[in-house]
Amino acid sequence: MTSRLVRWSVVSLAVAMALSACARGTGGGAAPTASGTYDPRAAFQGTLTVMGIAGIDEIATTRMEKAEASLGGAKVKLIEGDLDIQQFLSSVASGSPPDIIYANRDQIGTFASRGAIIPLTACVQGERIDTSMYDKPALGQVTFGGELWAVPEFNQVQITMANAALLRKAGLTVEDVNGTDWTKIAAATPKLLKASGKVGYDSKLPEFLPLWAKANGADLLSADGRRAQLNSARVVEALEFAVGLYDAQGGFAKVKAVRDSADFFGKGNQFAEGELGAMPMEQWYVNVLNNVSPKTPMAFDTFHDKQGNTIAYSSGSAWAIPKGSKNPEAACRFAKTMTLVETWKAAAQARLAKRKAEGKPFTGVLTGNTRADAEIRKMVTSGGRPWDDGVKAVYEASAHTFTLPANPADTEFKKAWQDAVNRVLNGQQEPKAALDQAQQEAQTALDKAWG
Amino acid sequence: MMRARAGETRAALLFISPWIIGFLVFTAWPVINSAYLSLTDYDVINDPNFIGFDNYVTLFQDPKVGLALRNTFVFTVMSVPVQLVVSLGLALLLNSAARATGFFRTVFFLPKMTPPVAIGILLLLLFNGQSGLINSALGLFGIEGPSWTTDPDWVKPGLVLMSLWTVGASVIIILAALRAVPQQLYDSALVDGAGWWRRTLRITVPMISPTLFFLFVVDSINALQSFTEAYTAFFGSGNTTYSNDAALFYVIYLFQQAFEFLHMGYASALAWVLFVVIMVITAVQILLTRRYVYYEGDRP
Repeated sequence: MTSRLVRWSVVSLAVAMALSACARGTGGGAAPTASGTYDPRAAFQGTLTVMGIAGIDEIATTRMEKAEASLGGAKVKLIEGDLDIQQFLSSVASGSPPDIIYANRDQIGTFASRGAIIPLTACVQGERIDTSMYDKPALGQVTFGGELWAVPEFNQVQITMANAALLRKAGLTVEDVNGTDWTKIAAATPKLLKASGKVGYDSKLPEFLPLWAKANGADLLSADGRRAQLNSARVVEALEFAVGLYDAQGGFAKVKAVRDSADFFGKGNQFAEGELGAMPMEQWYVNVLNNVSPKTPMAFDTFHDKQGNTIAYSSGSAWAIPKGSKNPEAACRFAKTMTLVETWKAAAQARLAKRKAEGKPFTGVLTGNTRADAEIRKMVTSGGRPWDDGVKAVYEASAHTFTLPANPADTEFKKAWQDAVNRVLNGQQEPKAALDQAQQEAQTALDKAWG
Repeated sequence: MMRARAGETRAALLFISPWIIGFLVFTAWPVINSAYLSLTDYDVINDPNFIGFDNYVTLFQDPKVGLALRNTFVFTVMSVPVQLVVSLGLALLLNSAARATGFFRTVFFLPKMTPPVAIGILLLLLFNGQSGLINSALGLFGIEGPSWTTDPDWVKPGLVLMSLWTVGASVIIILAALRAVPQQLYDSALVDGAGWWRRTLRITVPMISPTLFFLFVVDSINALQSFTEAYTAFFGSGNTTYSNDAALFYVIYLFQQAFEFLHMGYASALAWVLFVVIMVITAVQILLTRRYVYYEGDRP
């Protein structure tokens, strides 16, 4: 009896181990098809699975219809939701990845360095994709080891946003808070605080440290993506200044408490309620404000460096083809069609029609394709001031972007500097000490990842 | 006779085989595999590279492991006694509420149904330094409340108070134990002139001590594995990149290593260290509290 039980257990364990073993390893699936037979005239059959796409609106559906039509028969199957890195990498490791993924551009270096996606050199050549139409910093963010690994899609930039009524009340203009003169921002902050009673100026830390550093003439990472530059004197100075603005308003805790309780996406947002004087913010918030509180007296400008030049940190999304994709040729066509000028124009037309039906202005769509942006800008309809100023600022900002280069330890690098900023904001460390620690952590991660 | 028993055994094994296979595939094998992975450099996508005990050496040199362990221990030491005392207090109240017990039992248990992520968000609202309910209530007494969600000294107390939100389950368990205490013990004590405090300390607490001990162990293990509420409130809410080191619990750090940095080998080593830590703490709890727990069947 006992021996039977033992045999039973051994068999069960063996089955379990065999089943579990299937879930790991790089075997299975198609070989990397970096040199697939990409042909712009080819038609495809079967299914193209797309992972990582969420928040599908008319901009997405219009382009996906066009992209699906361009495949010549193959059907598009969506795995909806933001890209789950664990799920994606597991699918690659088990040999059953999606055919194409929609990822943040700053994830591409990590995916490329681990061999989770394939380079697009053959795809670009075979499908005759004109990469000159893409935004250069966006392309830089998806170029790793001299090769292109993804196709840029949307773009995000920052501009200066302010409550015009509070500016007037404080005797200021948007130029006082657009970044050109830091002494002016420092002087404006308490005045705006007095006018709003809540927050004068939100420097948007921790996320906007790269912007403040660049405004002070510093990059957080070397151009080759190998050397962290987090504790350079200019970065320290930028952090001290941006944190100092919170200190002048009673500390970060107070500003964060107001942030946490604000109805950020609703009618009761901080600008509409007159609780916030000014802040640098990503361009999509212009659309949010125009949608939910169109009567809010806003003032917009680009964000400037200390020399008065417009600057914006470019981030956004991109299409990449996983290693083991069953249909990389169709995936390449899909990525290309999704980001073509004509496709973007069709999507913008759909948005324009929707906005018109709602009696609202079309404020544009910011893409990773500069030619598409130029075409879409012509389609923008006037919402009167201040919204036209906002749209103008957005397009100007998108023409003056910078970014951090692709690297294989982007998550660890970001975590290092964000943790440093948070330690300063929480009063646990001084800026210099925090950034010294971050420099060490980031460089260790970079050295290990580059190998 | 023997043949019949063997047949029964086979049938029993057959019936429980789905569970056995499930256990082997989804629990036993991952546990064994994680022990192996803890000895490797593994990033999910590439095959594990055997590196011996390097992960464990790195772990003991990693200052964030020390920080995360400290945070977790402090939280455990603060939250477990508070939860036990509050649970016991509420259960005693419920036990003396004659007719409305059922209603209040439901009321106290309802918050337990709240998803942990929602509790994390709720924490940010209730403990908001400017407009939160807690500081507003303190303000009524002329007390200026602290910055619960940003001040590193107040982050853990805030989390401890928030953990009371889900105390309902413990209340129900203790209430069941209270109902099982023989009434004649109280009657005898009353005849001897014992007051409420004396009856509670001398009869109630000893009689329900196995239940209290069970909750003490389980709550300690739960506290040592704290993750969702703290992660939601301080590491993963909305599109902000704000975080607070004071809430960096051990499992949060483990999660970051595994699923943000894809250091699966290192995360496996972290998991095994936590397993050993919990085992040791539980063993110490059993040893230290053995003489204070009364089991009815035990010899005096």
